[in-house]
Amino acid sequence: MSEVMARELRVALAGNPNCGKTALFNALTGSHQKVANYPGVTVERKEGGFTTPAGRQVVAIDLPGTYGLRGRSPDEVVTRDAILGKLEGEIRPDLLICVADATNLRLSLRLVFELKNCGIPILLALNMYDIAEYRGIKIDAEGMSREIGIPVVTTVAISNDGTAALLQKVDELAALKQTVQPAVWREQSAEDVRASHHAAEQIIGRFVKASAAADDWTRRIDNVLLHPVAGIVILLAVLFLIFQAVFSWAAPFMDLIKAGFDAIAVLIRSSLPEGMLSSLLADGIVAGVGAVVVFLPQIMILFFFIILLEDFGYMARAAFLMDRVIGGVGLHGRSFIPLLSSFACAIPGIMATRVIENRRQRLATIMIAPLMTCSARIPVYTLIIAAFVPDRSVGGFINLQGLVMFGLYAAGIISAFAVAFVFRHFVWKGKSEPFIMELPGYKRPRVQSVLMGVLQRAFVFLRRAGTIILAMMILIWFLSTVPGAPEGASGPAINYSFAGIIGHALQPILAPIGFNWQIAIALIPGLAAREVAVGALATVYAVAGQGDAAREALGATIGGQWSLATALALLAWYVFAPQCASTLAVVKRETASWKWPVVMFIYMMALAYIAAFIVFQTARVMGG
Amino acid sequence: MSTEVHQADSEVQALGRGAKGLRGTVVSVGQNPAGSAGDADAFDDELERRLLEIGFVEGAQVEILHEGFWGRDPIAVKVDDTSVAIRRREANAILVRVSKASDADPQGGSRV
Repeated sequence: MSEVMARELRVALAGNPNCGKTALFNALTGSHQKVANYPGVTVERKEGGFTTPAGRQVVAIDLPGTYGLRGRSPDEVVTRDAILGKLEGEIRPDLLICVADATNLRLSLRLVFELKNCGIPILLALNMYDIAEYRGIKIDAEGMSREIGIPVVTTVAISNDGTAALLQKVDELAALKQTVQPAVWREQSAEDVRASHHAAEQIIGRFVKASAAADDWTRRIDNVLLHPVAGIVILLAVLFLIFQAVFSWAAPFMDLIKAGFDAIAVLIRSSLPEGMLSSLLADGIVAGVGAVVVFLPQIMILFFFIILLEDFGYMARAAFLMDRVIGGVGLHGRSFIPLLSSFACAIPGIMATRVIENRRQRLATIMIAPLMTCSARIPVYTLIIAAFVPDRSVGGFINLQGLVMFGLYAAGIISAFAVAFVFRHFVWKGKSEPFIMELPGYKRPRVQSVLMGVLQRAFVFLRRAGTIILAMMILIWFLSTVPGAPEGASGPAINYSFAGIIGHALQPILAPIGFNWQIAIALIPGLAAREVAVGALATVYAVAGQGDAAREALGATIGGQWSLATALALLAWYVFAPQCASTLAVVKRETASWKWPVVMFIYMMALAYIAAFIVFQTARVMGG
Repeated sequence: MSTEVHQADSEVQALGRGAKGLRGTVVSVGQNPAGSAGDADAFDDELERRLLEIGFVEGAQVEILHEGFWGRDPIAVKVDDTSVAIRRREANAILVRVSKASDADPQGGSRV
């Protein structure tokens, strides 16, 4: 016992999705949050600390939202195991705060009846109480507390003193020093679920007086946003706006980051004697990590919109509108957001698949996420398009270069759907998974919580860049630099390195798709991140200079040396090729096995080779 | 709970076959409705529990609020105080006693 009293109180927040649980968590812990992953799974673990009015130190964790403890998705398994004390490396909480949406108590109360018997003291927080009052819903919290036999408080996560009652109750409960009982949970049968529904229904009948005023606003907004035609037009407009923002707003910041990393590299080169150390620091670490970190502004802008729309309640509507489209290939409305994220970068996209309950559905989404045109492909695409596709208009108003760019995006999406279809109909046969998803009431997004969410994503991305991506960059630098060029060698040093040796060895295999040895070599450092291949090509062709001038010089060089067929084949290659070691590493972590990254690598490589072969041979026959 | 529906002539039908505007009371969840033979595997225990957990329980008031563009699928259903998006295929596991057939069509017909 003394051990229990000595350490701080551990509370866990549980509740339905959309009950305002994360807003309450933010209100309790402020910015004192740590975001990490639960060991072995990539479910996000949010922990925060706060001090109660009585001076008690509390550690709070925000458990993933769930309607029950059956654990259908990785998220829900974490919630169940954390509550039952079965989660490896996680201390069982001393107190469970069940967060309920006061405007929609039925499902929350049902969950309370399931959680009540789990052995942990439980406290019910009727959240968003202000909205409930505004709508004329009257709740007798005391009566409810007596009847259910647990403390009940009302909370308003978004107001300053909205958590006062909750904090006071936490102090009272902590003073009681209730002990956590062994878990006695068993999976609920359909009859158990019905019974808990009836129990919840009776509580509502006795202690909740609702006026007739329902959530009219949500209904009115949905009449427009879920309209069969207008809804889809608005969704497309929203997506267009997001893309526009991701690519145009981010550009100045990306230039700034690029310039920053370039400046650091220059500083290192000038202050250290020329040699391996200077090369490792400047070319390997600074340039390599810089090549990935440069995407941070795009990822932050993308997540700003995703979190904003999520908090507003629109993302569930987007899933509703898109379900039939992506359902046709055996996916699910919920796959939509991960795939959307993958347009910035497949890594956050793959991480976002954890909301998909069904494993096959989730794997299929993970497998096709890298086919979405991520922003790392853009530098490669623009380099080749600028060098080979004439800047003229087609039919008077469509720019040919833009058209080719659009075609590359479309090729990625269409092939992703085709691959998903193959996976769902030939690899994992069987019935499709049900699509059942709550459409939460619309809420005004809170600037603070949106910004906090964006900063957390940025932090997670940067941490990855600082660890796994850094390691990969050092390896790729090593391959591209060692052994060094012999004395009196002509040609660039990379030609004599391991990458050069591998590139030359691969060249005969790549000849049928029109790649010369320079491209073959550039593909190896290009495994670090797709756009690194641009820099590698500049190295191979010994193009001097920095920034835009170097890109233009490189464009002129390849424009003179490659055939159009080769250029088109390289574009086709880049639509499919798994040229991103970071993505494969994330897939390994997400699926907890080497099998899926290997499958992904092989299938994407095969598609890339076949596509490039067809494009190259066709273009050559047609005289390209 | 106000589950009683007084009309003697009110019909029971699968929610998945309803049109926009349909209102009614859930009478059973997880039963294999007549006319969807071959889909038996869809109406399993797991689906039943998921439907129950999100609020489709006997006695719940439902209303079809919206239909998707392609094949009018999925549908958005108001279940008591909650709105739920669900495919018609799964909604067929829910039988409702109809109190109002649809906005447009008083006969309650719909193509599915």
